[in-house]
Amino acid sequence: MSRFVDLTLNGISNGMIYAAVALSLVLIWRATRIINFAQGGMMMITTFIALSVVDAGGSYWLAFCVALASGFAIGAVTERALVRSLEGGPPLNAVIATLGLLILLQAVAGMIWGNTPRSFPPAYSIRGYEISGRHVLFGPFDTFTVLAVLGAAAALAVLFRGTGIGLQMRASAFDALAARLQGVRVTRMYTLGWALAALTGSLAGVLVAPAVFVGPNTFDAILVFAFTAAVLGGLDSPVGAIIGGLVLGLSLSYVSGYAGSSLVTLAALAILIAVLMVRPEGLFSVARARRI
Amino acid sequence: MLQVDGVTMHYGPVRALEDVSLAVPPGGIVAVLGANGAGKTSLLRTIAGLVRPSSGRIKFDGETVTLAATEDLVRRGLAYVPEGGGVIGELTVEENLRLGALWRRDRDERLRTLDEVVSVFPRLAERSGMHASTLSGGERQMLSIGRALMGRPRMLLLDEPSLGLAPIVVEQIMRVIGELRRERGLTVLLVEQNARSALSVADQGAVLNVGRVVAHGEAQQLAADAQLRHAYLGMT
Repeated sequence: MSRFVDLTLNGISNGMIYAAVALSLVLIWRATRIINFAQGGMMMITTFIALSVVDAGGSYWLAFCVALASGFAIGAVTERALVRSLEGGPPLNAVIATLGLLILLQAVAGMIWGNTPRSFPPAYSIRGYEISGRHVLFGPFDTFTVLAVLGAAAALAVLFRGTGIGLQMRASAFDALAARLQGVRVTRMYTLGWALAALTGSLAGVLVAPAVFVGPNTFDAILVFAFTAAVLGGLDSPVGAIIGGLVLGLSLSYVSGYAGSSLVTLAALAILIAVLMVRPEGLFSVARARRI
Repeated sequence: MLQVDGVTMHYGPVRALEDVSLAVPPGGIVAVLGANGAGKTSLLRTIAGLVRPSSGRIKFDGETVTLAATEDLVRRGLAYVPEGGGVIGELTVEENLRLGALWRRDRDERLRTLDEVVSVFPRLAERSGMHASTLSGGERQMLSIGRALMGRPRMLLLDEPSLGLAPIVVEQIMRVIGELRRERGLTVLLVEQNARSALSVADQGAVLNVGRVVAHGEAQQLAADAQLRHAYLGMT
């Protein structure tokens, strides 16, 4: 029983990381119909930038903020410099370009920070809470992870649902032409969408970094998990991304605990294929009337 | 208010408009008539800045706007309601309306305009929380015109507002267009296949055929011209 509790708690904590990265993929998919394969590279770069701040003697929270700010900037620059120039061509061009960007970012990171994975400090203790004499697999830093991701998701929800900017972003994503005809500066909304997505990814980066060693390829697996979570949630739905992340986190935690950790990646791919075969619109997407 | 001077426009190698000239005086309603493929929509898209003319000039309110961006034209008071309305089905009726005014800075002004628009189309208030995809064709048309009015435009470009609507709804929409002109001095360029209802509300008309203006004049004259009616307007 205690093992089940541990695996569940661990699954929630990991799931929130997948949820945050899935959210960043969904935001970009919704806005520009592109799967951003460079997301793992972007969050790796922002995590390294944060690590450099820590190395230079900066506080954890300064590094945390720098990571988010640099994520925002990298997202905006990527949209302006790379995605914008491919606009109008087949969407696959932009997807391939993000793959190219991933390879570029990994190479550059190796040149600047080296290829040896490095450890990253947590904000709070990663030691589990003590419950009836036993340390569970969930500590203060896990609490922080869950709250930070839920907080970011809530902030995004308020932005999209409750503000004029959010309404303009949604309109630009649903129907760019109709939005332009209402005076919406659609290209700015795309830039902002990429920036916010990359910011969300960079949050996931600093949250997961203490549990893994940070190297140029560290986040490749997380991107696969996040993509699976996003597809699970329907790719179009931010709420689905969060739920998909949690479901995947729990599933992989049970697989890891009961069947062996070597099967985790395989299990994620199996889930991805199963979802695509059985319910390609995602488990949590509500049936929506599409425009004809 | 709007002057189109010798505009020629191509879609790739295909010429969609040839040397089209047209003027809409402030507070006027001009109808552009013609069959399918005559270039009516191309003309509106060119004026709205969605496509660039290969030659010619477009002036709005005395300023040359031939190469202006659509978003900027909206901000200058030139609103385009495309065929079918272009309402965003995934957004609610209220969100569609709010969207039309978001570029305006003053929040109180925006809310005031929302009240005005709802008073023009009370139906929209009843539907305000519903997704626009659930609206009927007539309601969609009202929403798209209402949304355009949210930006307090000085001129409306309307593309086939009667398309696919029941005669009674068409009549209602034409009546609203007439009222908007009378009460607010709104200038309208109205593109229609439905010549009869368009000429009933317009002062002047122009007939397009294969990208060229083949006739223009007072609305009543056009409506009375037997040859024109037969050849281009499908009226009996």
